[in-house]
Amino acid sequence: MTPEEENTIRERQRSRALMTAAILVGIVVLLYLITIVRIGTAS
Amino acid sequence: MNTTIVSSPAQPLVADWRDFYALTKPGVMKLVVFTGGAGLLAAPVMPHPVLAFAAILCIALGHGAAAALNQWYEADIDAVMKRTANRPLPAGRMDRETALHFGVGLGCFSVILMGIATNWLAAATLAAAILFYVAIYTVWLKRRTPQNIVIGGAAGAFPPLIGWVAATGQVTLLPILLFALIFLWTPPHFWALSLWINSDYARAGVPMMTVTAGPRSTRRQILLYTLPMAAVAIAPWGLGLTGALYGIAASAMSAIFLMLSFAVFRNTATDPAAMRPEKTLFAFSILYLFALFGALVLDAWMIA
Repeated sequence: MTPEEENTIRERQRSRALMTAAILVGIVVLLYLITIVRIGTAS
Repeated sequence: MNTTIVSSPAQPLVADWRDFYALTKPGVMKLVVFTGGAGLLAAPVMPHPVLAFAAILCIALGHGAAAALNQWYEADIDAVMKRTANRPLPAGRMDRETALHFGVGLGCFSVILMGIATNWLAAATLAAAILFYVAIYTVWLKRRTPQNIVIGGAAGAFPPLIGWVAATGQVTLLPILLFALIFLWTPPHFWALSLWINSDYARAGVPMMTVTAGPRSTRRQILLYTLPMAAVAIAPWGLGLTGALYGIAASAMSAIFLMLSFAVFRNTATDPAAMRPEKTLFAFSILYLFALFGALVLDAWMIA
C-alpha cells in the first residue's frame, strides 16, 4: 500500500468516526427529549 | 457520488460515511418522508413535535434500512445496469457484509425507536413495510414476475399509513385510501421510467413489464392503472373525509395525469430519444404525489 492510499484510507476512517460520533450524540439527545415528553404526557 | 477509493480485492474496503448515506437511497427518501409526514400531519390528533419528528425520522430510517438491504441483495443486478453501477456495492467502495449489518441494524433501531416514541402498532407497521420491501419485493418477486412493480408498490405505499398510525394509534379509512393511492400510482410512475431504460433491465435479466410484455402492452397498462388511481385519489373527498381544497387539487392533478397517460398510450416510439411523453409523465407523477399530499395537509389544517 502506497502512502497516498494509506492516507486516503485514514481520511475515510476519520470522517466515518466523526460522523458516527455526531449521530450517537444526536441519538442520546433525541432519546432524552422523547423521555421528557413521554413523562410529561403520562403525568 | 464524489468518493473515489482503492478497491482492489487485496486491500480492505473502507466505506466513507457518504457511501452509507448513498445506501439509503436519499433521492427516494424525500418522497417517503414527505408522504409519511403528510400522513402524520393530516391525522386528527397532532402528537408532540418531538414525537412527530421522531416518527418521521423512524420512517426515513426504516426506508434507509430497506434500501440498504435491497442493495445488499441486488449488487449483481446493480453492477450491470448503467443507472445503478456506481452504487457503493457494485462500485467496490463497500463490502456486502457491511451493507447487510448496516441494513439490519438500522431497521431494528428504527422499529424500536418508533415503538418507544409513538406506539407499537406504528412500529409493527414500519417493520411490516421493511420486511415487505426486502423479502416480498426484492427477494421473492422482482426477479420472478413482471408484476413485480405492482405488488412491490405496496412497500412504498406504507409511509402515510405509518405516519397516521404514529399520530392516532389506529388504522382508519383515509390512511387506507392513501395507501391505495400510492399503490396504484407506482405502476404508471415506474413503467414510464422503465420504458426508456428498458435495455438496462433486459441486460440485467429483470422481468420488467417492458421486457416481457413489450412497450405497447406496458403503455396500455399505464393508462389502465391511471383510471383506478384517479378514482382513489378523489375518493377521500367524495366520501367526505377531506374538504374541497384537497378534492379540487386531486381532481385537477388526476385529470392532467390521465391526459399525460393517454399521450404515453398513443406514443409508439421504441427509441428512448423519442419518448418525451414517457419522460413528461414520469416527472409529473412525482409532482402529482407531492401536490396531493401537500393539499391533504393544508386541507386538514383548514378544517381544524
